[in-house]
Amino acid sequence: MSTIAQPAVISTDVAPHRQLRPPSYWPFVIPALIVVLAVIILPWLFTIWMSLREWKVGSPTTFVGLANYLRLASDPRFGEAAFHTLVYTALSVLLPLLLGTLAAILFHARMPWRGLLRGIFILPMLATPVAIALVWTMMFHPQLGILNYLLSLVGLPAQLWVFHPATVIPSLVLVETWQWTPLVMLIVLGGLASIPAEPYESAELDGANAWQVFRYITLPLITPFLFIAAMIRMIDAVKSFDVIFAITQGGPGTASETINLYLYSVAFSYYDIGYASAIAVVFFALIVALAAALLHLRQRLQWNEIGGAA
Amino acid sequence: MSPRQWLGRIGLGFAGLVMVSPAILFFLWMASLSIKFEIDNAAYPPILIPDRFAWKNYSDVLASNHFLRFFLNSLWVTGTATGLALLVGVPAGYGIARMAAHRSAIVILIARITPGLSYLIPLFLLFQWLGLLGTLWPQIIIHLVVTVPIVIWIMIGYFETTPLELEQAALIDGATSWQVFRHVALPIARPGIAVAFILAVIFSWNNFVFGIVLAGRETRTLPVAVYNMISYDQLSWGPLAAAALIVTLPVLLLTVFAQRQIVAGLTAGAVKGG
Repeated sequence: MSTIAQPAVISTDVAPHRQLRPPSYWPFVIPALIVVLAVIILPWLFTIWMSLREWKVGSPTTFVGLANYLRLASDPRFGEAAFHTLVYTALSVLLPLLLGTLAAILFHARMPWRGLLRGIFILPMLATPVAIALVWTMMFHPQLGILNYLLSLVGLPAQLWVFHPATVIPSLVLVETWQWTPLVMLIVLGGLASIPAEPYESAELDGANAWQVFRYITLPLITPFLFIAAMIRMIDAVKSFDVIFAITQGGPGTASETINLYLYSVAFSYYDIGYASAIAVVFFALIVALAAALLHLRQRLQWNEIGGAA
Repeated sequence: MSPRQWLGRIGLGFAGLVMVSPAILFFLWMASLSIKFEIDNAAYPPILIPDRFAWKNYSDVLASNHFLRFFLNSLWVTGTATGLALLVGVPAGYGIARMAAHRSAIVILIARITPGLSYLIPLFLLFQWLGLLGTLWPQIIIHLVVTVPIVIWIMIGYFETTPLELEQAALIDGATSWQVFRHVALPIARPGIAVAFILAVIFSWNNFVFGIVLAGRETRTLPVAVYNMISYDQLSWGPLAAAALIVTLPVLLLTVFAQRQIVAGLTAGAVKGG
C-alpha cells in the first residue's frame, strides 16, 4: 500500500505545475487490431490480389491483369444484376423512409401502450431473416397463400408475387419494407426527441396548422436524421441477400438476381474465384460511390438552405 | 381530460394499432401455420385458428436428433464469436474513445458497408487450405466479422459518455492504465456492454450467408438447417413454420425483454451485421 500512497502525496504537491501524462492506450486496441487485420483487412487485400488472376478452384492460377474487370464490363448478366440492384435499392430506401417517418411521428406522440407497441413494431427487423423469408414464401403462394386470399377480400385479382418476373422485385421489396421500416422509425424517433419545444410553442401562438408545423418545423429539423436513415437503408438494401436468396434464389430465371446473388453464384456455384473477386471489388466500389453521392447530396442541400436564407 | 382529448387519444391508439398490425398479423399467421395439420394449411378460405392443433409439428422438429445438434452448433458459434468479440472489442472501444482516435473507426465503417460475401471468398480458401472445413471454427472466426465491429462501435460510443474524473483520480493515485480500465471504467460500462452483447448475439444468431457456404452436414447452424428443410419437404408447411418459429423465438423473446437496450444500441450505432 505504501508504494501506491507515496506517489499520491508527491503528485498533490506538484499537480498544479505538472500536466498529468496520459497513459498509453495502444495496448487496449492491439488485440482488436490483430483480429480486424486478420478477418477484415487481409481478406480484402487477398480479394484484390485474386481479382487480378484467372483462378478456378482446383486448377492452377495465372496472372491476367485487369482481364476480369474487362470481362465484367461486357457481361450482360452483370449489367442486368446491377439494374435489378438499383431498382430494388431505390424502392427499399424510399418506402421504408416514408413509412418509417410516419411511424416515428406516431410513436413520438403520447399514445397508450407506446412501449409495448414500439416493442412489437421493431420485431420484424430483429427476427431471423431466413425464418421470416420462409413464412413469406408460404404467404406468396399463388393458390394457398394468405396474400391472394386477402386480395380477394377487397376484390383485387390474384397475383403471382415472387413467381412472376414482373412482380418478383416489388414483392421482395414488400418483405424488405416490412422488415426494415422499424430501423428508419427508430432513427427518426431519435431525431424527433432531439427537437426542442420552443419552435412548436411559437408556431401554436402564430396559429400554424398541423401540416405547416410538419413542413416548416419538423421536417427541416429531422432532415439530418432522414439522411442517416437513407444512408443506412441504402447500404443494407444494396447488399441484401438472406431474404432474396431464401425466397427466390434470384429467380424466376434471373429476374430477381442482384449483384450480391450473382456474386454468390459465380463464387460458390461456378467456383470462378478470380472473376468473383473482381465482382466483389466493383460491388464494394459501387456501394462506396452510392454512399458518397448521398453525402454529396446532403452537403449541397445544406448549401442551398444557407443560400436560401441569405 | 375533455372528450376531445379522449377522442384524440383513442384515435392515436388506433393509429398505433394499425401501424403495428403488419408485424402482429405476420407473427400470428406464422404461429397459426405452425400449429395446423397439412389439410388445414391447404384449406380455402384459410383458417386462422384450427379445430385441432398439430402440436406434433413441434415435437417432430424437436425430436429429430439433428435439430439438437444444429441448436448446439448455433449456440456454440454465437456464444464463442460474441465472447471473443467482447474480449477484444471492449478494451478496443475504451482505447479508441480515450485516444479520441476517430479515424480508426473508418475500419469499422468499412466492415459495416462490405457485403458479407466478400469476406467469404478469401476466408473460404484460407479455411480450406488450413483444413478447418468440417469443424465449427471457420464459422466462429467469420462471425467475428459481424460481432467485433458491433462491439467496438457501441463501446466507443459508450466510453465517450462515461465520466473521466474518476479515471483521472485513479491515475493520480498511481494506478496503471490497466488497473483504471479494470476497476474504474469497466464496472461503469456494464450497461453498454449489455447492449453490445445483446446486439452481437442477435446478429450472429440470425446470420445465414456464412453458414450456407461454410457449414457441412454436421456443422449447420439453425438458420441454415431451416433453409435446408425447404428443399426436402416442399409442401409440409406446418413443420417448416414450426421450425422457423423455434429458430427465431430466442431472438423475439430477447427483443421483448431487452427492448430498451436494443433500441439504445440500434439508434446509437445503427448497426447490422453481414
